[in-house]
Amino acid sequence: MHKNYSGGVVLYLSDDEKRILDGKEGTGKQKAMELLLALGLTFDAEKLIPIKRAHVALSGQEGDTYWCELLLEGGAKCVVPPTTNPSWDIDSLTKFYDVTREEKELGERTIDVYRRIGAKLTFCCTPGLGTNVPFLGEHVAFSESSATPYVNSAVGARTNRESSVSALAAAVIGKTPYYGYHLQENRYGDFLIDVDADLNEAYDWGILGHCVGRIAGSRNPVLRFKKQPKPGPEDFLYFGAEAATSGAVAMYHMAGITPEALTVEMAFKGKAVPRSETVITDKDLLDEEALLTQATGPVNLVMLGCPHYTYDQILDVEKLFRGRKVHPDTAFWILAASDAVELADRSHLRSRLELLGVRMVADTCIDEPCWKSFENSLGITDSPKCAYYRERRGQAFAVRRLSDCVEAAVKGRAD
Amino acid sequence: MDDQVKIYKCRSIVKGSGSGEAIISRDAMCFYLCDPETGIVIERNHSISGRSIAGKVLVVQSGKGSSVVQVDGFYQMWVKNTLPAAIIVREVEPVIVSASVVVGKTMVDRMEEDPFDVIKDGDYVEVDADTGEVRVRRSGA
Repeated sequence: MHKNYSGGVVLYLSDDEKRILDGKEGTGKQKAMELLLALGLTFDAEKLIPIKRAHVALSGQEGDTYWCELLLEGGAKCVVPPTTNPSWDIDSLTKFYDVTREEKELGERTIDVYRRIGAKLTFCCTPGLGTNVPFLGEHVAFSESSATPYVNSAVGARTNRESSVSALAAAVIGKTPYYGYHLQENRYGDFLIDVDADLNEAYDWGILGHCVGRIAGSRNPVLRFKKQPKPGPEDFLYFGAEAATSGAVAMYHMAGITPEALTVEMAFKGKAVPRSETVITDKDLLDEEALLTQATGPVNLVMLGCPHYTYDQILDVEKLFRGRKVHPDTAFWILAASDAVELADRSHLRSRLELLGVRMVADTCIDEPCWKSFENSLGITDSPKCAYYRERRGQAFAVRRLSDCVEAAVKGRAD
Repeated sequence: MDDQVKIYKCRSIVKGSGSGEAIISRDAMCFYLCDPETGIVIERNHSISGRSIAGKVLVVQSGKGSSVVQVDGFYQMWVKNTLPAAIIVREVEPVIVSASVVVGKTMVDRMEEDPFDVIKDGDYVEVDADTGEVRVRRSGA
């Protein structure tokens, strides 16, 4: 047993796990085990549990890539091959945009090391929609702040808010510490929010998520709807991505919708339903939008796909263009899952959009060095999360619903 | 005077040992907001803004910031050899723990007395995460 001063819970390690911790299976697995143990201690986990599925939010930042190299050079391989987040498509995007040699080399080094450690190079931030879909009640280790609430809530799988380094450690060992959202008693809702608003498209769900995240912090909210909506995959994604950006929501319930909240009582363990902490109305959603960047003026970039666009969303873009073209002073990029780009190729949707000036690229995140040449002017996006991260890198973004983004693209300016 | 060494039990999060002058941060820290060249905290409105943590024993309330930036912050400081000698955390959270494991930086928590009460800026502190002990030698007093 591992010594644990303070009389708390003792983390039990099996003989096999102790062998790994002692370095008998190489320094790579030892480091990974040290991380799982440190996290288990932090949260008073009693043991590690096996997983068969993981998602690593590979970032392409140096510290993160170093960790993968450290494990690989210590002889470790993934026993559970994890899917991975995007970095950027170096071959196609360096044809358009300049990066420094160091940035390009770090990108190549990152992809290479994840390949060699045995990750599935899906380069997609929406694994729960296609490449890595857990089942109800399955224990997994998912990083990526938008993927975590999706699989916990829309799917009902069980994961904590992993970091890229802890998810990779879990993939190398095939286990994760048993604490937090892995335990049934921690999955019930913490408080109730009533929603009395019209939610017509993914963008509206994103604004609602942004609102809920600010109220919830890291708590687990239960939403009760006055007008029962029927959210689709993109709606859950946008909701969770924003709730994990303005707050740290890793799990939520939607009464009558998500699988662990078939009724509002079920979300509260069958106990008395608490009074709702707040009611979110259409006006609140408008106020929330007003907190986001309302900038107007010429736009040099329309950026869609944070989280990655689906094939259906790319179809929506084509419909909204109605044959018009992107303004010559504006670039229009859709960042999409690679399967969506592949389908758009096969159906010729991609070439039809290219004729209008709309480009798409797979495997690529908004927060990468390839986009820095746009940083002297305003961009526009349908994603508050995109605006938040791009602003930190030096480009302001107006946040608007998709139809307004398309109008801005045609005019070359946001009104 | 020099014999005034107090020993406190603690819990080991990342093993190893380190010693140095204490620096107390009552605010949570994001290591991305330190200058990796000097170890100086550059975050504005932070309780130890403008001071270096390099080579010291950092007593810190907690960590903050996303895992990506915290891990990268630790890494950049580790490469430049400007991390603290050891870290005593008052309230651990997963991201600061992960970052510390990645670079193998000694970290402890759950001291038997509140570290903010028994450690002052400038005290000489030895952290031994292998035996689960923190030894504090009072400065000046």
